[in-house]
Amino acid sequence: MTRLVTHPIARFLARRLAYSAVVLFGVLIVVFALVHLVPGDPVRIALGTRYSPQAYEALRSASGLDKPIIQQFFSYIGSALTGDLGVSFRNGDPVTVILLERLPATVSLAVVGILIAMLIALPAGIWSALHEGRASDAIIRVASQFGVSVPDFWMGILLIALFATTLGWLPTSGYQPLLDNPGGWLRHIVLPALTVGLVAGAIMTRYVRSAVLEVASMGYVRTARSKGLSPRVVTFRHTVRNALIPVLTITGIQLATILGGVIVVEVVFAWPGLGRLVYNAVATRDYPVIQGAVLLIAALFLLINLIVDALYAVVDPRIRLS
Amino acid sequence: MTTAETNTRVSSWRLLLGNPVTVVSGAILAVIVIVALTANWIAPYGINDVNVPDALQGPSGAHWFGTDELGRDVFSRVLVATQASLRVAVISVVFAVVVGVTVGVVSGYRGGWLDTIFMRVVDVMFAFPVLLLALAVVAILGPGMTTTILAIGIVYTPIFARVARASTLSVRVEPYVSVSRSMGTGHLYILSRHIVPNIAGPLVVQTSLSLAFAILSEALLSFLGLGIQPPQPSLGRMIFDSQGFVTMAWWMAVFPGAAIFVTVLAFNLLGDGLRDVLDPKQRTMIEARRKQ
Repeated sequence: MTRLVTHPIARFLARRLAYSAVVLFGVLIVVFALVHLVPGDPVRIALGTRYSPQAYEALRSASGLDKPIIQQFFSYIGSALTGDLGVSFRNGDPVTVILLERLPATVSLAVVGILIAMLIALPAGIWSALHEGRASDAIIRVASQFGVSVPDFWMGILLIALFATTLGWLPTSGYQPLLDNPGGWLRHIVLPALTVGLVAGAIMTRYVRSAVLEVASMGYVRTARSKGLSPRVVTFRHTVRNALIPVLTITGIQLATILGGVIVVEVVFAWPGLGRLVYNAVATRDYPVIQGAVLLIAALFLLINLIVDALYAVVDPRIRLS
Repeated sequence: MTTAETNTRVSSWRLLLGNPVTVVSGAILAVIVIVALTANWIAPYGINDVNVPDALQGPSGAHWFGTDELGRDVFSRVLVATQASLRVAVISVVFAVVVGVTVGVVSGYRGGWLDTIFMRVVDVMFAFPVLLLALAVVAILGPGMTTTILAIGIVYTPIFARVARASTLSVRVEPYVSVSRSMGTGHLYILSRHIVPNIAGPLVVQTSLSLAFAILSEALLSFLGLGIQPPQPSLGRMIFDSQGFVTMAWWMAVFPGAAIFVTVLAFNLLGDGLRDVLDPKQRTMIEARRKQ
């Protein structure tokens, strides 16, 4: 037991875990404050102009907004930690259930999107770095800058116009669950995942390139070369392999960003995920759903960062020993 | 100004002007800014001049970017919408720079418990994906231009706080700062004369990149109907409205999108060029947390 606690990786992870817990607590405060920062009465705003006093009182007491604020805060934290995120202002469904229904669509889009991004970024970034200053490097750099600058929703609409409406190869929008209908799932996911993946791939290409360049300038790469190892071995065993460590971090951050950032792509492709849920909830002022979704996405964001840090500590001893 | 200082500035300018990409992107931005500032005078038609018989006309001499479903001139609307987009981006980034740099510099210079509190707040803000945080602000304040400015400003504030703090920490230990302090110089004087001028490089780079992403964020919020509200035209909303017509009137989608793309690309390329000259080491955090 003592050995486990004193192990550098365990100590490192314990520190990171404590840090994440502090940040998560901050996130909880922000999410709780969200509904209280609304100017005026959130229940009244959510109900619109026509409602009965009974409906108003029922919603107010169901959401706990009639209690003193300190009590509301502690009961919110307590329920949130046990998985109870309240009920939707719109239809009274438990927010946790709504979120769990939407999660698979978003996760599948994010995972396929990040795979496409890696298929683009790894070869392009490595090639670009190994051919630094040549024409192919310049082309890749310009192309990635284009990808970073293009509005994703615009690209999505143009992709729909070309591949769905004009050529008729793929459906314009919609979603099929993977387990019910794998073929339909694949046909529906291609365009939205491509939209997500091209943008993320452009961003990641720049990171892969600079990571490989940084490693290539290290002393051990020069040593490996000077002791007569073949360029191939130096490139792949010494340079690329070590460059993959920082790439791991950026992949994790990108995955987390996609999970919380696919809102507009989900809207364009009518993809029934968390993003479209947040969008609809903001449009209809369904505060408990907004709070729940924001909390879930921020928590996933922290969790992915924690996992990335853990992997990092395992593969790079310098991190855990510092 | 000392000779050494003058030399650094001259060589920075020479480096900047020696990079063709930076020069071209700077020139494109200058044109975009001039066009945006004069949009109301140079737009050939009124932005809300409905002319149904002329609806959905392709690009022509009379309508360079064609007309939309109500016969409104797309070119005029793109010009005026670009102006609104730049206005939102500039005001929100100025907000982020002023608040973020103040927090970052004070945090880095003073250290101690204030630094801890400020940086934990920044950490919490970083735990939210950018767009989600912006949407949360819109959810609180309701849609509109002012909310959009505030939302984008709040989202980019922590980035400037981190960059300013990191740079302040490295400048604070420079000999000229400790000498100045040992001579009994006041904190405000040290901050304004020694710290801020010496951390300006990374901040200028970050400003250019943030303007690019602020334009994207505004377009995105307006696309979702949460940003600039009709009848004021916005590039994002024009793209949203084009969705029903994209196969028969491609120009309705292509031109507003191209306006966003070119402006964002120019800011990004300028930011890259500036970084090579002013801040070669700084890795920008902003790209990693890009809008989506």
